[in-house]
Amino acid sequence: MENYMINMQNVTYEYTSIGEEEQLIAVKNVDITVKRGEHLVILGHNGSGKSTLAKLMNGLLLPTEGDVYVNNMNTKDIEKIWDIRQTAGMVFQNPDNQMVATIVEEDVAFGPENQGIPPLEIRKRVDEALKIVEMEDYKKHAPHLLSGGQKQRVAIAGILAMKPDCIILDEPTAMLDPTGRREIISTIKKLNKTENKTIIHITHYMDEAVEADRVLVMEQGEIVMEGTPREIFSQVEKIKLLGLDVPQVTELAYELKKEGIDVPQNILTVEELMDVL
Amino acid sequence: MLKDITIGQYFPGDTFIHRLDPRIKILVSIMYIISLFFVNSFYPYIFILGFILLTIKVSKVPIMYVIKGLKPLIFIISITFAINIFLTKGEVLFQIGPLTITKEGLSQAVFMALRLIFLIIGTSLLTLTTSPISLTDGIEKLLSPFKKIGLPAHELAMMMTIALRFIPTLLEETDKIMKAQMARGADFESGNIIRRAKSLVPLLVPLFINAFRRADELAIAMEARCYRGGEHRTRLNELRLKRNDMVAFGIMILFFGLVISTRYI
Amino acid sequence: MIITLENLNYIYNPNTPFEKKALDNVSLNINEGDFIGLIGHTGSGKSTLVQHLNGLMRPTSGKINIDGIDISSKDADLKRVRQKVGLVFQYPEHQLFEETIYKDIAFGPENLELGEDEVHKRVQKAMKLVGLDFEVLKDRSPFELSGGQKRRVAIAGVLAMRPKVLILDEPTAGLDPRGRDEILNSIQTLYKEEGITIILVSHSMEDIARMVNRIVVMHRGKVAMEGSAREVFSQVEKLEKMGLGIPQITSFMRHYKLKGNDIRDDILTIEDAKIELIKYLRSREDA
Repeated sequence: MENYMINMQNVTYEYTSIGEEEQLIAVKNVDITVKRGEHLVILGHNGSGKSTLAKLMNGLLLPTEGDVYVNNMNTKDIEKIWDIRQTAGMVFQNPDNQMVATIVEEDVAFGPENQGIPPLEIRKRVDEALKIVEMEDYKKHAPHLLSGGQKQRVAIAGILAMKPDCIILDEPTAMLDPTGRREIISTIKKLNKTENKTIIHITHYMDEAVEADRVLVMEQGEIVMEGTPREIFSQVEKIKLLGLDVPQVTELAYELKKEGIDVPQNILTVEELMDVL
Repeated sequence: MLKDITIGQYFPGDTFIHRLDPRIKILVSIMYIISLFFVNSFYPYIFILGFILLTIKVSKVPIMYVIKGLKPLIFIISITFAINIFLTKGEVLFQIGPLTITKEGLSQAVFMALRLIFLIIGTSLLTLTTSPISLTDGIEKLLSPFKKIGLPAHELAMMMTIALRFIPTLLEETDKIMKAQMARGADFESGNIIRRAKSLVPLLVPLFINAFRRADELAIAMEARCYRGGEHRTRLNELRLKRNDMVAFGIMILFFGLVISTRYI
Repeated sequence: MIITLENLNYIYNPNTPFEKKALDNVSLNINEGDFIGLIGHTGSGKSTLVQHLNGLMRPTSGKINIDGIDISSKDADLKRVRQKVGLVFQYPEHQLFEETIYKDIAFGPENLELGEDEVHKRVQKAMKLVGLDFEVLKDRSPFELSGGQKRRVAIAGVLAMRPKVLILDEPTAGLDPRGRDEILNSIQTLYKEEGITIILVSHSMEDIARMVNRIVVMHRGKVAMEGSAREVFSQVEKLEKMGLGIPQITSFMRHYKLKGNDIRDDILTIEDAKIELIKYLRSREDA
């Protein structure tokens, strides 16, 4: 138990949408355990319930059934809610809509300010966080003049300044251009490898899942696949049926195999395919 | 097109004036405004002009920049001038048709126009030398004693900060939606008032919907960052009065006293 | 030629410290029936260029001729230009405003002052083209739909103007693979069956490779490269210098060839790669 960063036990989340009578199920009987230091990717198309799952993980939503534990704290425990949100920080899709202040460093300071950290310590945390995301030169800039990738890195710094053990990223690259996406992916890797943060990365871009420790695939609120990226992507047919992509080389390997050419099915990169052909 | 509008018109710098505590700057501005209303002759204006010029010089804001700030208010200044010059009774200087200009009217008009100009320049110096964020901080701190009588000082300041943060975003969005509707043949520029008002619907509806969506997302993001109102909140840059603030405040009290005393000499 | 650009220049904030040359001497011809992929780094001038193509922006200098209308002249009829060249902005679903899907799509044709019957016909057709069921959806609110469906309503709103040229600025941004494929398929249909000239702005080299017959690369306000997908994607080094890439499959074929395998390296799709590799691997086995 102690080793789990996040532990979801038989979690169901139902909601009623405006104007409709019936209860809709966004997440259904989900059991997930996330280990400390793990890099987990949750894949799924839009509406598969993956964003709801993310919000359940730090108490922004409470489960209808079942329990969610963050570092052994139940999200239903009202007294612990701020500790939970400090432990599991969250980065959202639209970088514009998660910035509060008109100056980068003031925005990064927002979290620690809410926690009541003394000013000198906030200053230290802000500088550290901006350094980790390589935005220290933009401290005094106005957020609306930054590029998408830069804004999103500031948003990550804002979470880092709260000193969380775990960072949940809900489609952090969906609104970015390729350069911005690369910046964020390399930042996420750094957070996991160098800063030892547990990462839960929710996305529908398959290429962002390739370097994860483990991948979960969601469909209609349920977890339908689980495994290492290699195990997941070798099931090309199933992935495509779920409305997702596999890397082009993986698909090529799959197509070649279908034609009777002996190629392993767990290819993820250009180099790997070259080595086996 | 809409992006060209500058709001807050902060002129960045690192001078004695810029570094002053925003609370002091707000208080000083208020005292300055009050003192203007005590002036009842021309001579103190010379003194005030000197004071203003000195402040501008120290703040290193280009003087043309300050004067440019008067431009949008020229209309109001002219109206004030016109009302005073034509409607004050007294010794007739000359007459054009039904309009008479009196000696008292002329002096009153110049006097009132100068008062307005000094008022505008003085207050614009406050916004020119104080970033919006520290201005909000200053307002929050100055209002906090009134929390006891139920004034939501922190909430007001937070609203101002968020508004300032989203003004550029919303302007950009307005521009985008306008162009998107123009690409569908919308016309925002011609027609009578009713037609024009009607043509704003395709602009305003999406703008509001998007603003609500943004507000919703921002609220969730703030909650995720442990925002729970003003209680127990600390600040990265706490406001602390320094020696310079005291000096500035001292100077202001002297100025205030001098200007007011002119009324009774 | 449906669109010709001659020495087009556009400068943002001229004569201020923020002066920025967004278009630098751009000359370009677009033929009827072209399917052009417009690629380039963010800030390369793509969006500025695209807004010139339907008269939303006027050039600082240079000439633009759109289907016979010279829009650089002061008295050009911009409304007619905007009807001829339809522009779908990024995240077009953020421009929807009417209570019903029908009314929203009808906004464009109504601005053209067409008769009720004609508007009705056009809305019906436009919805069909983007794969929305007219009878089921026409009276529903566009705001009840999913993200991908909303976007199709917005595209239908532009199609209902019956443009000869359709420009789409990153029509798949933020969509999941299924939503992306649906939109791309609709665009393919528009091109093949309706004969609309299409300009597709995209960051996805895979989508570009699969769809278009000509690529225009913008870099620092200039047209940096132009040619068929094969020609453009064969110049990897040049593209990489501009911060752009090539499809993974093309990259694989190039690397594989460099390792001494005698195969074609101008492959753009998985399908072609498969055929080429099978041919090569079989011949290697035989030898």
